[in-house]
Amino acid sequence: MSNHARLLSLLPAMVIFSPAALAQTPASAPVTQAQISALQQAVVNAQSAGDNAWMLVSAALVLLMTGPGLALFYGGLVRKKNILGTMMQSFAMMGLVTIIWAICGYSLAFGHGNAFVGGFEHLFLRGVTLTPNTDYAATIPEQTYMVYQLMFAIITPALITGAFAERMKFSAMAVFLSLWSVFVYCPMAHMVWGVGGLLNSTGGHIPSLDFAGGTVVHVTSGVSALVTCIFLGKRIGYPQTNMPPHSMVLSFIGACLLWVGWFGFNAGSALGASPLATSAFINTHFAAAAAALGWTIAEWIHNGKPTALGAISGAVAGLVAITPASGFVQPFPALLIGLIAGAFCSFMVFEVKSRLRYDDSLDAFGVHGAGGTLGALLTGLFATSAINSIYGKGVPTGAIDGHWGQELNQLAGVGIAWSISIVGTLVLLFVVDRVIGLRVSPEQEAEGLDLSQHGEEGYDLNS
Amino acid sequence: MLKIEAVLQPSKLDAVKDALLEAGIEGMTILEARGHGRQKGHTEFYRGREYTVDLLPKVKIELVLLDDLKEKAIQAIIGAARTGRIGDGKIFVSRIDEAIRIRNDERGETAL
Repeated sequence: MSNHARLLSLLPAMVIFSPAALAQTPASAPVTQAQISALQQAVVNAQSAGDNAWMLVSAALVLLMTGPGLALFYGGLVRKKNILGTMMQSFAMMGLVTIIWAICGYSLAFGHGNAFVGGFEHLFLRGVTLTPNTDYAATIPEQTYMVYQLMFAIITPALITGAFAERMKFSAMAVFLSLWSVFVYCPMAHMVWGVGGLLNSTGGHIPSLDFAGGTVVHVTSGVSALVTCIFLGKRIGYPQTNMPPHSMVLSFIGACLLWVGWFGFNAGSALGASPLATSAFINTHFAAAAAALGWTIAEWIHNGKPTALGAISGAVAGLVAITPASGFVQPFPALLIGLIAGAFCSFMVFEVKSRLRYDDSLDAFGVHGAGGTLGALLTGLFATSAINSIYGKGVPTGAIDGHWGQELNQLAGVGIAWSISIVGTLVLLFVVDRVIGLRVSPEQEAEGLDLSQHGEEGYDLNS
Repeated sequence: MLKIEAVLQPSKLDAVKDALLEAGIEGMTILEARGHGRQKGHTEFYRGREYTVDLLPKVKIELVLLDDLKEKAIQAIIGAARTGRIGDGKIFVSRIDEAIRIRNDERGETAL
């Protein structure tokens, strides 16, 4: 308010500054250096206010994706005896990862450190203030950037829970995913987005394009999900016993909340209320719509019916695939990326999962691992300097600009994300299994996680 | 005294209940049930996996009534519940030895 008032009071000075105005009003007082400085400061403040407003809203939208978005999406897909256990896994990340982020996560991801992991200079958020950190976002307080990035760190491990649904101990889950966020997420985030990171698109050794977390969020969580469900084994009775979703309605609401929250995820990754945010917003929406169509058509041909679960799964697959590309591509390539992702992820879920016989219960790998990998590679294909001249004005960005080498960088980014996820997850699972034990007992699994882990029931319609 | 048990499609419950009331039969117990006879179940698809659901939702009506209301009750149920397709349900009739009203210890037919 005060900034705007000050800006208005300086308007007469701006008019005087133009030669025509000078000629008409020669008697006015001359503009002082102090007034010009004040004007410059007012302009800076005004942009910061606009950008900060959008980034705070975006941070809230990304949190909305985890709770209630993902919690409802996954919660509806499990059997009703496991709904609270499943929702609590997402909610636990909202608590645990926040604390970890404040203590060391932000520093390990965004501190200076080396090419692979951040340093310790921001432990306990030391030096993370309300003034901008020009390494990352020059127009918003660093604390805004910190809390925005925190929301990404929350949803990433929460995505993994879909693969081991209905069979992991709450205690083991909490310890495993807390360690995972420190030892897998933070290094990957640093390599892609951190200053001096190996894969950083501005200044890294292998500049890899990942606008909003295709590799950092979706490849890491999806591949770790695959490793976890294989390590843990199938649910008792899978695949002979029917384990249909208990509430498609909850999943439907959850998926729609994910779609809306994703605007914060992708358009927020422009780190300001800029035209680039608009571009990412539109690409996000277009890809989700096209992917819902892609999955539905594939399913209609494959099974003879277009299901609701297919349509919403397709939309999520499209949102995953457009995530790395959202700030680099034109709207029509975004539609194409969505369409391909919908069909490809449905194929991963329908065919590959049943052939290879792993129990990725809610398809965290089939959607996030496969969709994230596909999206990262298609980003290298369709990225254009017309949208985001990240290598400099007019310098070709992706293959569509003639820079086919970018595809190799994308492959490197994907390869490193797969590697750190496989190795990190295997080591952590091995340790947590030895110390705590990962699986609930067969009796507890039959009883359900709600009663055995939490002593509650999701639905008590007789009370 | 007789007991009539009828297993019905859930969607026919209201029509059967109204027909019974119209036939002058008061008092009934409704149970939500699952089951199948010759009808078998149906298939559902979730993410490409086919699930066979063979126990379908049903409702079961239980009536205890005087012997001479038997045909009236049966006709009311048939009239309201029949569609002519497999899965319409079944009616079972059996004898009841005793009825007791908990409120005042009345016994036999007066307790109905």
